[in-house]
Amino acid sequence: MEKYIPKYIQGATGDWEVVIGLEIHAQVASEAKLFSGSSTKFGADPNTHVSFVCSAMPGMLPVINEECIRQAVRTGLAMGCEIHLRSVFDRKNYFYADLPQGYQISQFKDPIVGEGEIIVDLEDGTTKTIGVERLHLEQDAGKSMHDQHPTQTYVDLNRSGVALMEIVSKPDMRSAEEAGAYFRKIRTLVRYAGTCDGNMDQGSMRADVNVSVRRPGAELGIRSETKNVNSVRFMMQVIEFETRRQIDLLEDGGEVFQETRQFDPASGTTSSLRSKEEAHDYRYFPDPDLLPLEFTQEFVDDLAKALPELPDAKRNRLINDLGVSAYNAAVLVAEKESADYFESLLDSLAHKTGKAKEELAKQAANWVIGDLFGALKKTGKSISESPVSLKDGAELLALQIDGTISGRIAKDVFEIMLDTGKNPELIVEEKGLKQVSDTGAIDAIIDEVIADNQDKLVQYRGGKDKLFGFFVGQVMKKTQGKANPQVVNQLLKPKLDG
Amino acid sequence: MSVDKKTVAKIADLARIAVREDELDPLAAELNNILGWIEQLSEVNTDGVAPMTSVVEVALPWREDKVTDGGYRDEILANAPDSAHGFFTVPKVIE
Repeated sequence: MEKYIPKYIQGATGDWEVVIGLEIHAQVASEAKLFSGSSTKFGADPNTHVSFVCSAMPGMLPVINEECIRQAVRTGLAMGCEIHLRSVFDRKNYFYADLPQGYQISQFKDPIVGEGEIIVDLEDGTTKTIGVERLHLEQDAGKSMHDQHPTQTYVDLNRSGVALMEIVSKPDMRSAEEAGAYFRKIRTLVRYAGTCDGNMDQGSMRADVNVSVRRPGAELGIRSETKNVNSVRFMMQVIEFETRRQIDLLEDGGEVFQETRQFDPASGTTSSLRSKEEAHDYRYFPDPDLLPLEFTQEFVDDLAKALPELPDAKRNRLINDLGVSAYNAAVLVAEKESADYFESLLDSLAHKTGKAKEELAKQAANWVIGDLFGALKKTGKSISESPVSLKDGAELLALQIDGTISGRIAKDVFEIMLDTGKNPELIVEEKGLKQVSDTGAIDAIIDEVIADNQDKLVQYRGGKDKLFGFFVGQVMKKTQGKANPQVVNQLLKPKLDG
Repeated sequence: MSVDKKTVAKIADLARIAVREDELDPLAAELNNILGWIEQLSEVNTDGVAPMTSVVEVALPWREDKVTDGGYRDEILANAPDSAHGFFTVPKVIE
C-alpha cells in the first residue's frame, strides 16, 4: 500500500492546507414520514402527501415511525459507528415559510448514532481514514418555489416531515478528491444497506460543505458552509472555489467570516447567503412531545445480522475468493446494481457451464466491465436498463467458454444482440458462426495458406518469427474468424517449422 | 441568571413576537422573576440523579411504517390565508 502524502496548496506567501467537513443529508427509505402516516413518495401533486401532523395543525402529536429508527441504526452499523441505545429528540427553532411547525424536530445533544470511521480509496492508490462524528434523525422541511409568481412564494409541504439522516463527518478531508471519495463511499454504503436510494437528482442525498484553510500544522481556520450541494461534481467545485477564495482573501490581508454560502452551478462560484450569528440562534431544547428513543442491544444485533454484504467485504471476496482483479472488483462494487448484475451473471454462468465460479469470474468481470459497460456508456443507459438480459449475457459467455464460438466472434454476436435483442444461440445458429475446431478442416486451410505464401514461409524460416502472426491471420481470414485460434496455433507451428 | 432589555428584544425578535419599546422593561422584570424561581431549584443537589423525562413510567410509542394519512389537500389548505394551484402562497421570500 502506498503511503498517504499530505496535499498542500501553494499560495503567493507559502503553503496552505484546506480542511473539509461534510454534513450529508440522506433521505431515509421508508413508506411513511418520520412522525406521521403520510406518504414519502416523490413527485406527487403539491400538498397531497400532507397530514394534519406534517402541516403542524394545533393539537397534533408526533409518533415515531419504527422503520426510520431501524434504517438509522442499519446505516450506523454499515458505517461501523457506535449505536446509542438511548437518544433524544430536540427542537431546532427557526422561522421559514416551508417549516410549518416553526421548529425542526432533530437530535442535538444525544444522537442515535455516534462515532465511526470510513476508509476511502484515492486515485494515487493510497487510502485514507475519515472519521464520522455522528448520525442523527431529523425532519425534512417543505419545498419553497420562488419562480412561479412575481410577488409570491409557493409552498409544497409534501416533503415536510420526511425522515432525514444527517451524517456529520469529522474535519478530516484535505482535498476535493478526498471529499468526493468520502461522499461516494457513504452513498454506496446507504444503497447497499437499503437505507436511502441515493438519488441525487431527486434530492435524496445532498451535502453542506464546510471549508476552511490554514497554514500546515496551524490551528483550524474560520470556515464557510455552502448549503445543499447536490452532486459530487458540484461539491468538488465548491471546495476548489472556496479554497482559492479564502487563500486570496487571507493573503491580501483580509479575513474569512463564518457564514453560510450558496453555490451557483452556472458560474461554479459561491456567494454569501446570510451572516451566521444572528440567523442561527436555534435555541435547541428537548422536544416535550417526544420521550427519549430507547431500544435494546438485542434490537441492534438483530439488525446487524440481517444486513446484506457490504461493499468492502464484497470487494475483498471478489478479489480473494473469485480472483477478480483489484481494479475490476472496485468498479463492480461501486454501484450496487453492477455488483448484483455481475453476481447473478456468474451464478447463471456457473450453472450453465457446470464450472466453478472462481474459474469463470475473471472472464465474466472482464466482459461486464469491458463489453457491457462500454455498450451502456455509448447508449447512455444504466445497468438496470441494460438491453442485454442476464440470461442472454450468461449464454453468450457460456458459448465462448465451451468453445462454440471464439472470443472474436463473441464480440460480433454481442453487437448483434445489442442491435436486435436476439438471443445469442439463435444468432450463432442463424449466421453460422460456430467455431471450427475440426483439425482436419483447419489442417487443409493451413496447407492452402502456406502454399499461397511460399515467399513468407522462406522469410519465416530464415528467422522472421513475427510472420507467425501473419499466417494465423490468414487462416482466420479464410475461415471468417471461425477457426478455433488455439487449434490453429497448435497445428500451424509444426508445419511452419517444417 | 437574568435578562436585560436588549436580550428580551432579541428573544422577541427570534420568536417573531412584536413587543413595543415600552413593554420591554416590564417584560424583562417578569422574566427575571421566573428565572429567579427556576434558580431556586438549582439549590437542590441533583448529583447522580438522571434527568426526569416523564412523570409516568412509559416508553416512546412506535408506529408501523404504513401510509395511513394524507390525501386531503383541501382541508390542509382550508385555513391558509392564501393558496393557489394547490400550493400555500406567501409573500415572496427572498434569501
